[in-house]
Amino acid sequence: MAGLLLQIVQGLSLGAVYAGLALALVLVHRFNGIVNFAQGELAMLSAYVAWQLLDAGLPFWAALPVTLAVSLVGGMLVERSIIRRVEGDRELAPVAVTVGLMVFVNAAAGLVWSFAVRSFPNPFPAALSFGSAQSGFSALGVLGVVAVMMLLLHAFFRHTGAGLIMRAVAADPVAARLSGVRVGRVLGLGWGLAAAVGAIAGILVAPLLFLEPNMMGGVLVYAFAAAVVGGFRDPVAAVVAGLGLGVAETLAGTYVAFVGADLKVIVPLLVIVAVLVLRRGPAGTAGTAGQW
Amino acid sequence: MRHGNDGREGTGVNAVAQTGHRRLAVGRMAGDRRRVWPWQRTTLAALAVAACAAPFVLEPYRVFQLTMVLVYGIALLGLNLVVGHGGRVSLGHGAFLAIGAYIAAIMTGRLGVPYPLALPVAALVTFGLGLALGRPALRLSGPYLAVVTFVTAAVVPPVIKRFGTVTGGSMGLSVPVPSPPSWTGLAEDQWLYLLVLAVAAVAFAAARNLLESRAGRALTAVRENPAAAEILGVRPGSHRALAFGWSAMYAGVAGTLYAWVVGFVSPDSFTVTLSIVLLAAVVIGGPGSLAGPLLGGVFVTFVPAAAQRAGDAIPGIVSGLLIIVVVCFAPTGLAGLLRMAAGGVARRLGRG
Repeated sequence: MAGLLLQIVQGLSLGAVYAGLALALVLVHRFNGIVNFAQGELAMLSAYVAWQLLDAGLPFWAALPVTLAVSLVGGMLVERSIIRRVEGDRELAPVAVTVGLMVFVNAAAGLVWSFAVRSFPNPFPAALSFGSAQSGFSALGVLGVVAVMMLLLHAFFRHTGAGLIMRAVAADPVAARLSGVRVGRVLGLGWGLAAAVGAIAGILVAPLLFLEPNMMGGVLVYAFAAAVVGGFRDPVAAVVAGLGLGVAETLAGTYVAFVGADLKVIVPLLVIVAVLVLRRGPAGTAGTAGQW
Repeated sequence: MRHGNDGREGTGVNAVAQTGHRRLAVGRMAGDRRRVWPWQRTTLAALAVAACAAPFVLEPYRVFQLTMVLVYGIALLGLNLVVGHGGRVSLGHGAFLAIGAYIAAIMTGRLGVPYPLALPVAALVTFGLGLALGRPALRLSGPYLAVVTFVTAAVVPPVIKRFGTVTGGSMGLSVPVPSPPSWTGLAEDQWLYLLVLAVAAVAFAAARNLLESRAGRALTAVRENPAAAEILGVRPGSHRALAFGWSAMYAGVAGTLYAWVVGFVSPDSFTVTLSIVLLAAVVIGGPGSLAGPLLGGVFVTFVPAAAQRAGDAIPGIVSGLLIIVVVCFAPTGLAGLLRMAAGGVARRLGRG
């Protein structure tokens, strides 16, 4: 029974990471209608930035805000320099560009930091370090960080002027522009926020999976499944689905003999196909406007 | 040929060049004056002669490389149906390639079935799977096809490894190489090349006819304006799913040919990277054109292997940058650039 509980807690902590990356995907799609295939690799890049800072001797809780600021600016720069050129195009150009970015960032990280696997320090204290309790402790820490991040995002979009402007752009870019909003900047900020949210997912998952350029490949697949459940629009549905996927994956891998450790990756595929078959209407689950 | 009497001047490739979607795809380039290369038939005939003569002139390794260009060209021709002509993105064609290759490997290697039988079986199975996957993915508007195919491509290697008793697991399976009939007196590589060339010729002719048929025009209509197409009685979902089925079939056929040519299949040959490289090749070769897949085949065969020599990270850097640069600055790809260059040459010669 304790084993099952531990599995669920571990599944939730993995799921929190999936939820974080799914949230970043939803953010980008809300602002410029693009599915960002490079989101996972940008998160990996952020994790490397954090590693570099920690390596230079910074304490974790100082390296975290610096990494988030770097990711925010980096995301904005990527949007303003590359993505801007394909905004509003039909499906091929945006998908191809983000796929190109994914391949490029992955290879560039390999060039700079090599493809060797590195260990990443676990930020959560190992106070009760007798086996399972410690992993339970860090799982709760991951969940807590993701929850705080979601609350902050919610507060930002609901209760600040900048958040209101960003919501206006997401709802109707043309009307927002006519009201004097600099839409381009807001779209850039959307990418920056998404990159920062993804950075948190990357930093949280690095101690669990070890740091390497291909670290986020698997995570991205689960994040996609979670984002599809939310129709790439609904952040709450995406986060809940991410948590559920983490638990489902862990339990299926442990208790369903046919699935085992190898075939866990089939869970997100089944979820996506089920959503596509069952969903009615063009996009999104329940009410799409004003979900922030 | 079904377009001899519809009032257009030339037939064949000329007529293809005049259909609406080709014009739109190339017309996005600034400075394109729509001058068509005037010696298309001569060029095509010269290319055909060169293609038939190549295996008797080149050394075996070069023949093998040319064969791979054609194999990837067939897969890209299929992917181009979805990407270039359908306007949707698939990141999962590596999965269909894998299925075609494993069907060949299991049928000829394990069951001892004569090798030509693998081709129609692979074609049928991948067509069915493409239809089954395309139907739900294309029912909804939005980015779902790209996402679901990406996840499918990610699932294929673990599934192949999991069912190792059939597939040979991560060790892979060796495939008996089709041997030439003795009366031809051909070497193995020459026979394989000619076999693949014949399939490629049929595939290109079929794709061209498909695009000029009712179904092809319906596909263009659905891409350009789904609402108008639906009002005219064209069902967007069915036509997109059908195009995806055809496209998967091309990839499956290419997979079978790949297994014959390489003589070995393993899960690590069919990772997500392969699907990404295929999409890159369509984009770089030129989406929506018939020359694009062949140029893309040249890209897949030569560029990553050449870049690999400079370091493990270099192929990714080269491919990634090329995709971004081509999409942003030359959306018609190599085929579009070639077309512009040919138009310029033709203009110059016409004046001189």
